[in-house]
Amino acid sequence: MLNNESNQQSSVSKTSYFISIVRLSAVLIILCGIVYPLASTALAQVFMPSQANGSLLKNSRGEVVGSELIGQSFTDPSLFQGRVSSINYKAEASGSNNYGPSNPDMLQRISDSIAQWKKDNPEVPISQLPVDLITNSGSGLDPHISPAAARVQIPRISNLTGIPADQLEELVVKTTEGRDLGLFGEERVNVLKLNLALSELSKK
Amino acid sequence: MGIVQIIVVIAILLLLVKPAGTYLYHVFSNEPNKTDRIFGGVERGIFKLSGLNKREGMSWKTYALSFLSTNIVLVAFGYIVLRLQAGLPLNPNGINQMEQTLTFNTVISFITNTNLQHYSGETGLSYFSQMAVITMLMFTSAASGFSVAVAFVRGITGRATLGNFFEDFVKSIVRVFLPLALIITLVLVGLQVPQTLKPTIQITTMDGQIQQIATGPVASLESIKHLGTNGGGFFGANSAHPFENPSPLTNVIEILSMWTLPAALPYMYGLFAKNKRQGWGIFAAMMTLFVLLLSLNYYAESSGNPAINSMGIDVSQGSMEGKEVRFGIPQSALFTTVTTAATTGSVNNMHDTQTPLGSITPLALMMLNNVFGGKGVGLVNMLMYAILAVFLCGLMVGRTPEFLGRKIEAREMKLIAVAILIHPLIILVPTAASFLTDLGQGAISNPGNHGLTQVLYEYVSSAANNGSGFEGLADNTTFWNMMTGVIMLLGRYVSIIALLAVAGSLLRKQPVPETIGTFRTDNGLFTGILIATVLIIGALTFLPVVVLGPIAEHLTLR
Repeated sequence: MLNNESNQQSSVSKTSYFISIVRLSAVLIILCGIVYPLASTALAQVFMPSQANGSLLKNSRGEVVGSELIGQSFTDPSLFQGRVSSINYKAEASGSNNYGPSNPDMLQRISDSIAQWKKDNPEVPISQLPVDLITNSGSGLDPHISPAAARVQIPRISNLTGIPADQLEELVVKTTEGRDLGLFGEERVNVLKLNLALSELSKK
Repeated sequence: MGIVQIIVVIAILLLLVKPAGTYLYHVFSNEPNKTDRIFGGVERGIFKLSGLNKREGMSWKTYALSFLSTNIVLVAFGYIVLRLQAGLPLNPNGINQMEQTLTFNTVISFITNTNLQHYSGETGLSYFSQMAVITMLMFTSAASGFSVAVAFVRGITGRATLGNFFEDFVKSIVRVFLPLALIITLVLVGLQVPQTLKPTIQITTMDGQIQQIATGPVASLESIKHLGTNGGGFFGANSAHPFENPSPLTNVIEILSMWTLPAALPYMYGLFAKNKRQGWGIFAAMMTLFVLLLSLNYYAESSGNPAINSMGIDVSQGSMEGKEVRFGIPQSALFTTVTTAATTGSVNNMHDTQTPLGSITPLALMMLNNVFGGKGVGLVNMLMYAILAVFLCGLMVGRTPEFLGRKIEAREMKLIAVAILIHPLIILVPTAASFLTDLGQGAISNPGNHGLTQVLYEYVSSAANNGSGFEGLADNTTFWNMMTGVIMLLGRYVSIIALLAVAGSLLRKQPVPETIGTFRTDNGLFTGILIATVLIIGALTFLPVVVLGPIAEHLTLR
C-alpha cells in the first residue's frame, strides 16, 4: 500500500517534471525564436532602413542598379570586370565549385582564363595579371577586386572607350577603399561603383 | 600589415578575457550579485511560466537527464516546423517542406551545436524556419553546452553540487546570449548586414540582366551564430557571403564574438578553483597550440598554390581561389583558425579550396577539439586532457594522481578513456567505411588525395560538432544525412555524459591535503606537459590519415 502511494507520487512528479520542460522550451522558443528576431527587425527597419534592406545602389537617374555589397557580371569588355563566379553572380544562391588545389578542372579553368586574358589585353604581360582576377571567390558574389586588378584593365578600357589612361587611373584611385580603420582587411575596389563612375565619365 | 592586424585582434581578445571571465563567474557562481538586479525579473518570469519553482542542486544523473530531455523537446519542435514550413507563416519566397533525412540531419546538427549544413539557406528554409528553428536552436544548444561546462567545473572544483540545469540554462540565455546577441545584431546592421522580412530583391543590373538577391532576417542569426559558436550560415556561402560579412570590420567583430566566451572560460574556471593560475595555465596551453596552427595556415595560404604559382601570373596575393578580396589572406587565415578552434564552423573562405598544408590547420584543431573549443565543450575537453596528464605523470613517479586536491582513480580514468577514444573512433571508422561503398565515394568532387580529405573532413567536423565542411562533397544524400547525423549525436552526447559522470564522482571524494609531494597543476611545467599530452595522444592518433590526405596532396602539387 505504502509502496503503491510513493510510486504514484513519483509518477506524478515525473509527469510534472516533463510538463515543466515542455513549458520551458515553449517559452524559450517564443523568446529566442520569435520575439528576439522580430524585435531586431523592428529596430533595424526603423533606425537603419538602408543598411537593413540590402544597401541598394542607384545610378544618376535614380534607378536601382544593384546592391553595393553584391557583385554583378559585366560582359561588356569596355567595363571593368570582376572576379570569376561559377554561379555567374546569380544572387538567389551563393557559393563556388569548391575546387581543391590539385583539381585538374580548376587548373584548366585558370589556363583558359590566362589565354583569354592574353587575347583581350595584348598590351599587358601576364606577369602583371593579379591572381584575384582569375580565381573564383568563396561566395561567388564578391563585389570587389584588388586595385592592381583594376589597374591592369585600364589599357584595354582606354583603347575601347577612348578615355585617356590617366583619367581612368584617377578613377581607380578615387574608388579604391582603404583598409578598415586603416588596419583590417585589404585595399579594394568595388567593381559596380567603379563602373557607375566610368559610365558617368564616358557620357561627358 | 598582415601579421600586424592578426596581432591586434589577438591583443583585443587578451583584453577581453578577464572582464568576460569575471562576468561569467558572477553569473554562474550563484552568489547574489549586480546582474541579479537587471536580469532577475526576466528569469523569475520564465521560471514562473514554466512552473519550475523549486530549483535545487542536482545529481549528475538528474543534470544529464534534464539536459537531454530539454534537447529532445527542442529537436522535436524543430523537426515538425521544418517538415511543415511550406504552410507556415513568414514564407514570402514560397520555400517547400524539407525532405525527411535532410530534416533529421539538420535538427541534430543544430541541437548539437554542430551546424553542419546539407541544405542552402536561400533555397531550403523559410524566414520562419530561419528564426524559430535555426536561430532558436543556436541559443539553446549554446546554452546547453555552457551549462554542462559550468556543472563540470563545479564538480572538479568541489562545489556543494553540480548545480541546477534549468537555472544554468536559463541564465546563460538571459544573462549572456540574448543581451550580447541584440547588441551585436544592431552593430552588424549598422555595418550593412540585412535584417528584413521582405522577400528576395529583384533588380536590373548595369549590364541589363535581371539579378535576384536573396535577403532576410540575417543579422539576428549572424550574431548568435558566432556568439554561440554555432556557425550555420543564413546563406550557403556562410560568412563569405557579403550580406553575412560585408567588410573586414564585421569580420573582426564576428571573430571576437565567437572567440571571447570560449577564451574566457579558462579564466572563469580559475575563479571557481580559487586559483587563477590554474585558469591561466590552461589558457596558455590553448593559446600556444592556437598560434602554432594559425602560423601554419597563414604561411601556407600566403605562399599560394604551387600549381597556380607556376603559371607565370602575379601571385603575390597568395591562394585566392575560394577567398574574398576584402579579407585577403590575414583575415581569412585568422577566421579559419578561430572558427575551427572555437568549433564554430562558419567560414569566410572555402576550406575545400585551401592549400593542402593550410587545410591541416582546421583539420588538426577539430581533431584535437580542445583549443578554446565550442560553447563550454572545449574547456571540458582540455580539463579532461589535464586529468590525463596528471594521471600519466602519476604513473611515472608511482603516486596516486591528484587533480585540484582530489584523487583520480580507476572509475574516473575509465570514463575519461571513453570520452577520449570515442572521438577518433567515430571519425576514422566511418571514414574508412565510406570508402567501401559507392554511396560514400560517389559524393567526392575532387580527385586524388584531396578526395580522401573531403570525406575525412566531413566526419571530423561532425564528430567535433564544428560544422564547417569541404563543401564540394555532395553530401545531401540519404547516406550522408544519416551517417553524419548519427556521428554528430555520438560526438556530442557520449563525451558530455561521460564527463558529467566524472564530475559527479569527483564531487563525492574527500579532498586530500596538499603536501610537498603534490604534483602542481598551476605552473609552466604543467602547461608544457599538458601541451605534450594533447599532441601525443590527440595528434598521433590522426597522423597516418593526415599523411594520406593533405600531406600526400601537397607532395604531388607541382
